[in-house]
Amino acid sequence: MLELRNVCFSADSGDSTAEIIRDLSLTVRDGSFTVITGPNGGGKSTLAKLIAGIEKTTGGQILWNGTDITDMSITDRARLGIGFAFQQPVRFKGLTVLDLLRIAAGKTLSVSDACEYLSTVGLCAKDYIRREVNASLSGGELKRIEIATVLARNVQLALFDEPEAGIDLWSFQNLIRIFERLRESDKSRTVIVISHQERILNIADEIIVLADGRVKQQGTRSEILPSLIGTEYAAGTCYKITGEEGQA
Amino acid sequence: MKQMDAVQKRLLQEVADLHDIPEGAYNLRANGESVGRQSTANIEITPKTDVSGIDIRIKDGTVRESVHIPVVLSESGLKEVVYNDFYVGDDCDVLIVAGCGIDNCGTQDSQHDGIHRFHVGKRSKLRYVEKHYGSGDGAGKRLLNPVTEVYMDEGSTMEMEMVQIKGVDSTERKTIAELKADAKLIVRERLMTHGEQSASSIYQVSLNGDGSSADVVSRSVARDRSYQKLDMCIVGNAACSGHTECDSIIMDSGRILAVPSLEANSVDAALVHEAAIGKIAGEQLVKLMTLGLTEQEAEEQIINGFLK
Repeated sequence: MLELRNVCFSADSGDSTAEIIRDLSLTVRDGSFTVITGPNGGGKSTLAKLIAGIEKTTGGQILWNGTDITDMSITDRARLGIGFAFQQPVRFKGLTVLDLLRIAAGKTLSVSDACEYLSTVGLCAKDYIRREVNASLSGGELKRIEIATVLARNVQLALFDEPEAGIDLWSFQNLIRIFERLRESDKSRTVIVISHQERILNIADEIIVLADGRVKQQGTRSEILPSLIGTEYAAGTCYKITGEEGQA
Repeated sequence: MKQMDAVQKRLLQEVADLHDIPEGAYNLRANGESVGRQSTANIEITPKTDVSGIDIRIKDGTVRESVHIPVVLSESGLKEVVYNDFYVGDDCDVLIVAGCGIDNCGTQDSQHDGIHRFHVGKRSKLRYVEKHYGSGDGAGKRLLNPVTEVYMDEGSTMEMEMVQIKGVDSTERKTIAELKADAKLIVRERLMTHGEQSASSIYQVSLNGDGSSADVVSRSVARDRSYQKLDMCIVGNAACSGHTECDSIIMDSGRILAVPSLEANSVDAALVHEAAIGKIAGEQLVKLMTLGLTEQEAEEQIINGFLK
């Protein structure tokens, strides 16, 4: 179980200090598929980074399966089974897709196993396995490889920060299937996704609406989703392309 | 053939991936003298009579053969200059593996300056691998100053892999190449310096014939307080194409001077250069740490990948 108790996070912005997360408490139960939505600048990505240890809280506690991980490094949290897929994946000169998947798996992954992960994210493995994770890959390709690294880790808590950003419509269908498979393959695995997308909210067990660094709403999908439909917190697939009119 | 000791065998493995005697033609040099030499039907190795070194003559049409000429130094205070000349005939396809390993546990400097001259025949394909390695914890320095001269005849191709990753205190590398029509030169240099080391690597590639091309790419890492100078120049004297790239990671208090340069003496010369120096991006470390690596392990993976 993931538990956040009175978590605060503030960052220096010029002469003043901006409060990004304000006294936030929430619990995410094991095996749940939770989607966090809310307005831009509401603190969603920061919250995911605080859980993964990429940002450090300025107050409060984070507990994972009863262990206080508040002061743990990124590495130690990763080793406790917490995985994180970046909104904007990082490029590496020289490291190949296979290298990255092997690091993620933490063992000598066979080429056929690595191919399995790539196929899952809709990439033809033989075209990609030896490619460098560098600027020659498109944003969409990188995003899928990023998701594959989280799959290869077989984590207990998977955090995805706007996984649909930069992914085309065809891959979007695929992305939904990946989340469904993640849930089915291990019932105890907890998945937290940051997303505005209605179709991702549609497969959530729980929905959290975050605004101004606070939990505005939290509950089951049936409790929360109806109130979000038609707002920017639950956008249709084409929302970002067509604006308001594209909403489902 | 004379026996090599354990230190010499370890050096041999580092610079030539050899555990013992290689197949094909070879010349093994240890502590200033030849400890083994073998010619084959197509590849003749003979010692020079005027200066220290060997001549390697490869017959026309020799394909799928290799020559190994590693050098190991394990005696402190040894200084040598060696001249090796390679005459590769026409229509050959061969591999040449050179390299020098120095182990210096003593207090005096050990130095090996290898001067290699390549004459590559028409339409021949040559792959040349050169690795430099230093070890030993003595106060004496490990110094390597290789000079490589390449003369490429029409339609020939040469791939050079130049690697110096560890342990050499000071190095001045100089490579010059002259290419005739349709000749193609590909250079991949990998360099890492640490401690107080200093390295300079200078390339001067002249594209003299129409259709000639060169692609010279250096990737380097400067750690601790080490210093590197990378000076890569391509001169286009004909309808040719050239690309040079210096890409470096700087760490700790390392310093790097990258001087890629181009000179076009023909209106049909198409030349490009690129240079980049930067530290390891924080987000790269963070990404690998979220995959379970420590910061130090992440750094090693990034450097290993970069220098691969």
